[in-house]
Amino acid sequence: MAFEQMTIAEMRRELQAGRVTAVELTRACLERVEATDEQLNAFITVCAEEALAVAAEADRRIAGGEAAPLLGIPLAVKDIFNVTDLPTTCGSKILANYISPYTATAVARLTAQGAIIVGKLNMDEFAMGSSNENSAAGPVKNPWNLERIPGGSSGGSAAAVAARQVVAALGTDTGGSIRQPASHCGIVGLKPTYGRVSRYGVIAYASSLDQVGPLAGSVEDCAVLLSAIAGYDPADSTSVDCPVPDYLATLKSGVAGKKIGLPREYFIEGLDPDVKRAVAEAIEVYRSLGAEIVEVSLPHTDYSVACYYLIATAEASSNLARYDGVRFGARKDSGQGLIGMYQQTRAAGFGAEVKRRIMLGTYALSSGYYDAYYLKAQKVRTLVRQDFLDAFAQVDLLLTPVAPTPAFKIGEKVNDPLQMYLSDIFTIPVNLAGTCALSLPCGVSSEGLPIGLQLIGQPFAEADILQAAYAFEEATDWGGRVPELG
Amino acid sequence: MKISRQDVEYVARLARLTLEPEELELMTGQMDAILGYVDKLNELNTEGIEPTAHAVPMANAFRADEIKASIGIERALQNAPRADGGCFKVPKVIE
Repeated sequence: MAFEQMTIAEMRRELQAGRVTAVELTRACLERVEATDEQLNAFITVCAEEALAVAAEADRRIAGGEAAPLLGIPLAVKDIFNVTDLPTTCGSKILANYISPYTATAVARLTAQGAIIVGKLNMDEFAMGSSNENSAAGPVKNPWNLERIPGGSSGGSAAAVAARQVVAALGTDTGGSIRQPASHCGIVGLKPTYGRVSRYGVIAYASSLDQVGPLAGSVEDCAVLLSAIAGYDPADSTSVDCPVPDYLATLKSGVAGKKIGLPREYFIEGLDPDVKRAVAEAIEVYRSLGAEIVEVSLPHTDYSVACYYLIATAEASSNLARYDGVRFGARKDSGQGLIGMYQQTRAAGFGAEVKRRIMLGTYALSSGYYDAYYLKAQKVRTLVRQDFLDAFAQVDLLLTPVAPTPAFKIGEKVNDPLQMYLSDIFTIPVNLAGTCALSLPCGVSSEGLPIGLQLIGQPFAEADILQAAYAFEEATDWGGRVPELG
Repeated sequence: MKISRQDVEYVARLARLTLEPEELELMTGQMDAILGYVDKLNELNTEGIEPTAHAVPMANAFRADEIKASIGIERALQNAPRADGGCFKVPKVIE
């Protein structure tokens, strides 16, 4: 079986049966990256030597009778995760020479099972962006159409999985950064509930919104990764100490009798006709599978983008204060004192979008504007969150589009940040509410671009949305498609 | 105008960012457009609404005060642009 056609479960079966070794899988993975990444630019770092050494160790463990779900599986992670002795650039020039002194918990949980990290994936600088055009390592291309964006900020993760450079990857999602690129690249991406996965060792963007999650070619593979990374971590005091259910045990239970809500504010004018059609067809699939479909309302949806771009930028301005050229990062100093060194270092190290968000956030937190902007946004956040709690009193889960349009062209929105921000309208509310959601493929546009469906679950009910996603994947042919690359 | 060029210069100083004249020009226009857009929050009456700082309600996280190993000075300094004698070295602070 060809590497690019295998799921994690299939790789595991082949490994356990001795029909393939972890070293062979890793070599196949590295060859696939070598053959396709000149086109895609999904990887910032490839660590072939380290990966092959870990793979050899995995083969010894398999020979010794071990069988953890990820043992011997080559994976990759967004370049926002620290991995000891590997570079972590976060897509920024300011961290160009940074070598991680420690490993993020989510990555450590993968490697503890015996997963092999083959590299670090491209992303928008400091996870700020919806198109992966804001990376110091250059834009990532959408594997379905190389002139299109892959989405962002986990654009490298989504493109790498879509092209099956790797079978699955980790990303982060602050306002849609897993779900939107998953949707644009035709794969499955899950943003867990805030607090479900440890963020220790993950570079912070907006701390009340950031969450780690998996991207994979199938719903089951997403569930396998979530099972590995979910759970309380004493090193992250915002991770929640509640039991992690067996996501695989309930995966195949179907959606008969489930109540699925369609928030009317998500089916608006301006929705691309292909997206509208694909989501409408998906709703019919769920109806045919025995789910009950009802209309609900999330009345404050239209305020979410404004609310998000105040809260996220305020938190970012504070989090990014640490890049001052003292403890790490590329220092720039022309002898104008400490403050001058800070200013020059930051001016030279940050890209335009990061500067813009630091400026907005600093303004929103500054004396005289705090109440009008930051506090106001936090109050509106309460209303957005309450919308979801009210909706979940009536339904089990919500179904919506992921993005208003399929992937746009590279360069199309770079000069209009506000238009770029507005493309996140369907994903941002979930982060503000702190609940979980996933994106899965539900169709293609007339131009052959993937379209994603968003399923939003109650807080900590990742099992419900995975189960509903699995039922859809089984009932349709939209999952598991891999683009032809030259 | 929601924000003037002088305001933007002031915020840049607060944020410890040097902006080139062209950057300042562009930033003023873009921030003005974004601040104009976020003004829509004022359509909502939020009197008496508690602010949400955190989506998941949680109490303070306490742990036992136990001594544990740290990453050590060498590791902590490995990315320092300049280090000396086990310390981070910075430009002169007091003139």
